[in-house]
Amino acid sequence: MSSPSSSPVPTGQPLVETKDLTVDFTGGARPVRAVAGVDLTLGAGELVALLGESGSGKSVTLRALMRLLPERRATTGGSIRVDGRDVAALGRKELARFRGGTVAMIFQEPGLAFDPVYRVGDQIAEAVMRHEGVSRRSGRARALELFERVRIPSAATRLDNYPHEMSGGMRQRAMIALALACRPKVLLADEPTTALDATVQIQILLLLRELQREFGLAVIFVTHDIGVATEVADRIAVMYAGRIVERGDCRDVIRAPAHPYTRGLLFSRADHAFTKGTRLRTIPGSPPDLTALPPGCAFAPRCAEAMPACSAGVPEEIAASETHVARCILLRPGVQSRTDATAAA
Amino acid sequence: MSDPILDPTFDPAARDRGGPAQPLLSVTGLVKHFGGKRSWRGGEAKGAVRAVDGVDFAIAKGETLGVVGESGCGKSTTARLVMQIIKPDAGEIVFDGEAVGSRALDLEAYRREVQMVFQDSYASLNPRLTVEDTIAFGPRVHGVPRREATGRAHDLLAKVGLEPGRFAGRYPHELSGGQRQRINIARALALQPRLVILDEAVSALDKSVEAQVLNLLLDLKAELGLTYMFISHDLNVVRFMADRVMVMYLGKVAEVGPSDVILQQPSHPYTGALLASMPSTDPDNRTLEAPLFGDPPNPIDPPSGCRFHTRCRHTSAICANVPPPLAAVRPSHEVACLMAQPGSGHPLAAPLRENAA
Ligand SMILES: Nc1ncnc2c1ncn2[C@@H]1O[C@H](COP(=O)(O)OP(=O)(O)OP(=O)(O)O)[C@@H](O)[C@H]1O
Ligand SMILES: Nc1ncnc2c1ncn2[C@@H]1O[C@H](COP(=O)(O)OP(=O)(O)OP(=O)(O)O)[C@@H](O)[C@H]1O
Ligand SMILES: [Mg+2]
Ligand SMILES: [Mg+2]
Repeated sequence: MSSPSSSPVPTGQPLVETKDLTVDFTGGARPVRAVAGVDLTLGAGELVALLGESGSGKSVTLRALMRLLPERRATTGGSIRVDGRDVAALGRKELARFRGGTVAMIFQEPGLAFDPVYRVGDQIAEAVMRHEGVSRRSGRARALELFERVRIPSAATRLDNYPHEMSGGMRQRAMIALALACRPKVLLADEPTTALDATVQIQILLLLRELQREFGLAVIFVTHDIGVATEVADRIAVMYAGRIVERGDCRDVIRAPAHPYTRGLLFSRADHAFTKGTRLRTIPGSPPDLTALPPGCAFAPRCAEAMPACSAGVPEEIAASETHVARCILLRPGVQSRTDATAAA
Repeated sequence: MSDPILDPTFDPAARDRGGPAQPLLSVTGLVKHFGGKRSWRGGEAKGAVRAVDGVDFAIAKGETLGVVGESGCGKSTTARLVMQIIKPDAGEIVFDGEAVGSRALDLEAYRREVQMVFQDSYASLNPRLTVEDTIAFGPRVHGVPRREATGRAHDLLAKVGLEPGRFAGRYPHELSGGQRQRINIARALALQPRLVILDEAVSALDKSVEAQVLNLLLDLKAELGLTYMFISHDLNVVRFMADRVMVMYLGKVAEVGPSDVILQQPSHPYTGALLASMPSTDPDNRTLEAPLFGDPPNPIDPPSGCRFHTRCRHTSAICANVPPPLAAVRPSHEVACLMAQPGSGHPLAAPLRENAA
């Protein structure tokens, strides 16, 4: 694979930048606020892991970046700039080139990426031909190269498989190959390794790190697995109810989580949590109703450390360390947690 | 005779035929090859994917058998064979002492006893059915009148932690992933099965919801006397759920034994590589090299001898020639590796002692 064409973005400027991104679904009885003001920046060669509760808006955020949301039923607010361009302003043709060519996505549901009635290899070759105007032969050659790159065994034979003939893990690798087919600058990976066994997962994670290093590929990596984030992320962002509640350097967030939600999440995965015969720790309560978000911190109703001030307004981002911020009023100078005494124990 | 589905006090233990020592499920010589060309003279198909290639295992009553292994090694195919969604090429499935498909246990009766929860919570639900109709569907097909089936659906909803008043009338797209997976579990339980196969049933859930669902599965197991076959890639989760673990590699069983032994001191080199591949929890100590080198071999033309020999650190000439039998290394721990078998001829195997004390 050769490196992506040179970027119009001056060095030092982010490749992806969203400002106050909001997404409302208006198809149902009451509008659903799936993304409620997300600021996200990503530089070339950088890998951000997006962690967070199911339904917190991770996939919707990725879809907004590629303008994949149904335009009639979803309203997008705020701004999205990718590779120096305003995504909302892209025309039809530009959008087609943008998807796949600039930004590519690995979907959470492998079923979405491939058409069940065509051979997987042909679908990849087709994408290359469409984007680069090359012959079928070079399209097939690239497909083979990509299959080998993502370690699909007997790559040449597997190109002729229909999607249903592959195991879950193999289909996932084929999807990564498809995403890389047109040499994108930004890869949006929505839980790309959940379906894989540990030996293949670590290979894919190392592969992503390699692509990131060699070609300056920027990656947003959605995962539920803190171990996976630890392996690949430069930075971590944690979402809850449509907002990023904590973000910063990978080490800082993992070693010293500042938001009570992040702490709950890390606790539920600690090594000792899986002792047989015990019960797993869960975060009590359930996620908020997105048609009626509470006025303040959306996590407050489930938070052991909540206090009246939490519902006064959405907490601002406050520094938790030099490279790390969180939206929790406990970080305000002078605010004392009720559970500080027990937390210290 | 009372109908099990109509009778809320129906106790699965009362359906026990063979007694506690009789495994609930026992599978021998299971084979499934996909595709390939069969010559008109019959015999082996050429070019077929040997998805499941001679698998034996048993699940005791009330036990959870964890199943792990490389992507594509045949876990889901094994599950679908046990469920009788697809037909095996060879092999026998015995449920509580009765051969499946025999006169004593026909397919319809068997299908009430075994249920499955699939990985993809969304694709496995009909988008046009409400939650209560989804759960009531199976019992209705088995002839339960609508009223009773719906009542039962509401009980099950409450059991999986979803308030029937709020959730019964919803459609799948109005639910979160975790809620949908709980619906799938409720649906699987609607026919009061004794064996539930969970194929990556929690892997799409976030960790907090996953923890809820795992706690729920343990509660339901205790309350309803269930037996689980639990397929997962998450070794932490398997450690938590399983009593015994079966490790598969390329259509065969590599190792099977008590969960703490397999996940702490495995005997098969593949299991060792699998454990070493678990992601690091220390950002300053990331994995630099994949513990398992090389590509997974082609299931159409698997390596001779031991199927793992092409990627094994301890491989020796004999490994390419002699297929290792699955043999006990200690009570209830079986390993298919020549190193674990005294006198096998592998340089690292213990010598054979004539009269073992
Ligand atoms: N087309 C849609 N119409 C209405 N609501 C939607 C639609 N798509 C998503 N949502 C809602 O938006 C919210 C965010 O969904 P999203 O898929 O981004 O969650 P997620 O963080 O990716 O969760 P998971 O970890 O379960 O994949 C959810 O509450 C979901 O129900
Ligand atoms: N319908 C089919 N036609 C042809 N080949 C198939 C079919 N179903 C499965 N296979 C092949 O059989 C092998 C085993 O697949 P299976 O889905 O059982 O793997 P698995 O262990 O569940 O993997 P994963 O962990 O990735 O889900 C794979 O090589 C797969 O490609
Ligand atoms: Mg998602
Ligand atoms: Mg599978």
